Formats: sequence, C-alpha cells, structure tokens
Amino acid sequence: MALSAPPAVAAPAPARGLRRRRLLWLVIALAVLCAVAIASVGVGSRTVSVGDVLAALGGSVDGFDEAAVAKRIPRTLLAVLAGAALGLSGAVMQGVTRNPLADPGILGVNTGASLAVVAALATVGLSSATGYIWVAIAGASVTAVFVYTVGSLGRGGASPLKLALAGAATSAALTSLISAVVLPRGDISGTVRSWLIGGVGGATFASISQVLPFLAVGLLLSMLSARSLNSLALGDELAAGLGERVAVARGAAAFGAVLLCGAVTAVTGPIGFVGLVVPHACRLLIGVDHRWLLPLSAVLGAILLTSTDVLGRIVARPEEIDVGIITALVGAPFFIYIVRRQKVREL
Amino acid sequence: MTALQALPRTGISAAEIAGGRRRRTARRRLVVGILAALIVVAFVVSLCVGQTTYTPGDVLGVILGRDIDGASFTVGRLRLPRATLAVIAGLCFGIGGVTFQTMLRNPLASPDIIGISAGASAAAAFAIITLGLGATQVSIFAIVAGLGIALLVYGLSFKDGVVGTRLILIGIGIAAMLDSLTAYVLSKAAQWDLQEASRWLTGSLNGTRWSEVVPVVIALAVLAPVLLTQSRNLSASQLGDDAASALGVRVEHTRIIVIIAAVGLIAFATAAAGPIAFVAFLSGPIAARIVGPGASLLIPSALVGSLLVVTADFLGQYAFGVRYPVGVITGVLGAPYLVYLIVRTNRSGGSL
Repeated sequence: MALSAPPAVAAPAPARGLRRRRLLWLVIALAVLCAVAIASVGVGSRTVSVGDVLAALGGSVDGFDEAAVAKRIPRTLLAVLAGAALGLSGAVMQGVTRNPLADPGILGVNTGASLAVVAALATVGLSSATGYIWVAIAGASVTAVFVYTVGSLGRGGASPLKLALAGAATSAALTSLISAVVLPRGDISGTVRSWLIGGVGGATFASISQVLPFLAVGLLLSMLSARSLNSLALGDELAAGLGERVAVARGAAAFGAVLLCGAVTAVTGPIGFVGLVVPHACRLLIGVDHRWLLPLSAVLGAILLTSTDVLGRIVARPEEIDVGIITALVGAPFFIYIVRRQKVREL
Repeated sequence: MTALQALPRTGISAAEIAGGRRRRTARRRLVVGILAALIVVAFVVSLCVGQTTYTPGDVLGVILGRDIDGASFTVGRLRLPRATLAVIAGLCFGIGGVTFQTMLRNPLASPDIIGISAGASAAAAFAIITLGLGATQVSIFAIVAGLGIALLVYGLSFKDGVVGTRLILIGIGIAAMLDSLTAYVLSKAAQWDLQEASRWLTGSLNGTRWSEVVPVVIALAVLAPVLLTQSRNLSASQLGDDAASALGVRVEHTRIIVIIAAVGLIAFATAAAGPIAFVAFLSGPIAARIVGPGASLLIPSALVGSLLVVTADFLGQYAFGVRYPVGVITGVLGAPYLVYLIVRTNRSGGSL
C-alpha cells in the first residue's frame, strides 16, 4: 500500500499531501469523464465532427449528423448516470458488507430487480416507466435483504465467501424463475431478452427524467453514510463504541445502494461488474476513506460505463454490442483476479 | 488402536458398530431398490400415458418389435427415445454432479454453478446461430467446450492446490462471462435459429431421436464405470486433501481422472438434452438425505437424477395447460431447494 498510515509525529504534512493527491485524482477523473462523454456523442457507426456536435447541442436537427447527435445525447447522459450509480452502489455495498466481492450483480440484487420487472411485465403488463422503477426497486430490496440474511446465518457472520455464494445461488435460482416466466410468453420474450442483456441504447430524456429522483435520493443517502461507513469498516463493536448506531447506519447505506442499482436496472437492464471493479480501482488510487472513495467511485463508474458503451459501438461497426456484455467480459476476469488474490482462509 | 481403547468409555461396543454398518448397508440397498423401481414405474407411465393412452401390454409389444396400429409410431418413434433419453441423461447429470460435489466438498460445486453447463451452452448457441452447424457437430462442439471450460476453471483456481471455494467463485465468474457471450450470440440470431437455440438452452427433450440417444448411452457405459472405480478414493478425499493423501490416495491424479469422466458425462448429456437446470445440482443433496451418511452417493444420486428428469419431463408435458420444456420444471423445483440448501449449509457448516 502506498498510502500506509503516516507516522504520528509527521502527521500534518503527509495528510495535506494525501488530500491534495485525492483532489488531484478527482479532478483528473472528472476531466476524463468529460472527454469520454464528448467522444460518446461524437463516435458511433457514424462519426460526427466537433462542429456538428456543437450545432446539434445548439438545437439544430437538420443533417444526418445532427440527428445522430440528438440521439446520442440522452444515451450518453444515461450511460454517465447509470455508471455513476452502479459504481457508487458497489462501493457502498462493499463498505456495508465489508466484503471485497460485493457487487449488485454478484449479490443477485440485479437479478432480483430483473425478475420483479419481468414478472410484472408478464402478469400486469406494466406500461409506465415509473412503474418499472418501483417494481425493480422492490425486487432489488427483497433480494438484498434475503441474500444478506442467508449469507450471515451461521458461524462467522456474513463472510465474503458466504455472501458471494448466497448471492450467486440466489441469482441462479432467480434466473431459472425468469426463464419460467418468459418462456411460455412468446409475445414478450423478444423485449425481455434484449432488456436482460443490459444496455443504454434505448435511452430517452423521458425515461431519464423519471429515474432521476430515485437516483438523487440514493445518491444523497449513500453520500451521507460515508462517515458511518468509515466507522463500520473498523468492525461493528468498535463502530458502536465510536457512537455509531450500527443497524441504522448500515440499513440507510444499504437502502441507498439498493435504490441506486434497482432504479438503474429498471431503465438499462442488469449491468454487472461495474460495481465490483470500480471501487477496487478507486481504493488503489486514493485509499480507503469513504468520504473520498464514494465520489471517485461514482465518477470512475461513469467513465467505465460510458467508455465501454463507446467501445461497443466501435468494435462491431456498423452494429453495436450492448454495454452489459462488454462489462461482463471485462469484469469477470477482474473478479477472478480478486478471488485468486484472496487468502484461502478469508475465502 | 487408540480408537478401540477409547470405545468402551463412550459406551459403544464393536458389535454395535458392526450392527450399525449392517443397518446402513441394508438401508442403502433398500433405497437403491426403491429408486430403481420408481424409475421403472415412471418410465412405463411416460410411455403409456399421453394424448392417447396405451396399455402396458401394447407398449411391451412395441418394444419387442411387434407392429401395433398407432402405438408403433407414437410409442416407438416418439415416446420411447424421449423417455430413454430422460432416464439416461438423468443418470449422467446425477452422477456427474455428485462427483463434483463430493470431490470439492461443497454442494454448490455442481456443474450448473461452476460454469461447465454455461460453457457447453455458449458453445452450442455459437454453433447453432453463428456457424449454422447441424445437430451432431453442435454436440461435439458443446462437449469439447464443456471439457475446455472445466480445465480452464480448474487451472485458474490452482494455486498451491485447488481449494473448493476458490474453484466455485472462479467458476461463477467464468459462468457470468459465458452467459453474456450466449446473450450476445442470441441477440444477433435470426428468428428461426432463435427458436432452435432457446429450446436447446432451456433443456428440452422434445423431438428426441435415437441418433441423439445412442452417444449418451455409450458415454454412460464407458465413463460411469471409471467413476465407480474411483468412488473409494472420492470418499477418502472428502476427509480433506491431506488426510486423503495420508490414506494413500493420489489426490491430484484422482481429481484429473474424475473431472474428465464427470465432465464427459455432463457434456454428452447436455449435448443431447440441453443443460436441464439444476438436476446435476439437486441429485447429490437429495440422495444424501435419503441414503444417510457413510455410503458412496454415486449410484443413489444417479438414480435420483434419472427419476427427477423422467418425472419433470412428464409433468412438463401434461400437468399444465402449456407444454413446458423439462428444464423449466426442474428449474422451478430446484430454485427453492437451492436456496434452502444455502441456508442449511450456512447454518450447520455441513458439506453435503
């Protein structure tokens, strides 16, 4: 660790250095995000010049290029929002469960949201986007509570291994229920299949504006819990000793995380591994303080999702590869790397 | 001999131990007998009952090669290959699954969960949709991919030996990747291929022909005996790698043989019937519950798997208004059991 605790005597100077370094990374990340977002608007099966991008931003939709840009702006916005929400959600989940393997995908929360949406689609025939979001959040919350309860049964509490296994098993079970719901319904299976891959292609300003309030509440809850996540990282007893109301703090943070990933899943479909990879990368850059880790995770998550979306548009031109596929292809090796790095006893 | 000296203090005599062992053997034989009888009953019922019902006499006549009006086609060409594949594939899934679970000492280490089925499925989807191959080539493709993925997962989890839990987690990661590949291939599919591929991916016995059944039968005849000869080594390896090698088991050697044989069985069955959800996973724990501790689970769990597939296929065809493929039925039945098993494993820390 480059950021091992500085000796007590020389505390102020390195602390200032650390702070400067964290700010620097945050600024760099924001700059990269801007660049990626501009690239995302300009690049695709039809590459658009910067001048046309600016013209389209000015409201003109005359040429093909400007029409393409007008289509790509909501898409880029959704990618940024979804990436930020997933990265933040992963960081909070890893903090709440004190588990390096926590991720909305691994813990089965995304699958829970998916099952809820698919079931609602098949039985009630949801039409409003807000309905999707509520249903997805309900499914995500139930699954999260369930997986956490199951994973923390028995001796040793919620160890990383038990949680990851409980999540994976729950996810497998829910996936087979999804196929049982979808299979006899030929009429919705096409929609459901493309939704289940997870992508930001179908974004519109209307769907974004509907998901925005949920994301805002989730963001607020998560950011407010940064300080308590820091004390929770010391262990429950120590956190209680520091005056933290452990159960309340954990519940609020977890609810924020579930809100974020449930709402995103409702719009984009399940996108895995963003929440796993991003917090680890952030910890390498700026250390483990959640007050810095959470914002940087959000920014890095946005960068990751937006850039993989651009990548998916470039590699298979003129077709596209949905972002959910690429994040799984990139994220799963990273997951394996983390698993291999863990000591056997911790697993 | 310290163990024997310690015995009187716990109040168990040698005769009682011998009696207990006899009782357990008797119980195991009884269970195996009952399971076999149930499979025969289910097999016969699924041959006789359907849209038109035939008497067992007619069915027997068809099997013996007599020409009976109507029954020869319905039973001989449609139901017989289907029911046979159900029995055989169930045996393969059951024995392959329990082998993995025993070897890695964890009920979650079944081929459904650690990515072997996902590998075979991704390969099959690719072969059907992108390459447009026929049935035989698809099977070969799926078998090779299943074996390749098994070895990949094993290799990636090798780090001073293989630990079961690490292998499971790495398998889950690989499975996630493969699933996303399958989803990508499916999203590019034409409508007709899509039907074919999604029928295959859920695990279905519809339209089974003898040409699909025969390779699985051969695989079972060759590979199951290999596993059965290793069953003593497998039981020893349940004590842990160190204890097993102290007992004279060549742990890595046994493992490689067993993995190849078990994956072969799973892959052949998957190639013929698709990855029938959770059968490989469920059979072992169910068999362990009925047989009780202290016996090899290979044969009972093969029988449980077979019974599961035959029954689920029958239910899927006739019990509901819609015809469900067998994989949906086993999936829906298996999902709650999977969750229950996690709860139980976490609570007691037990292995199977």
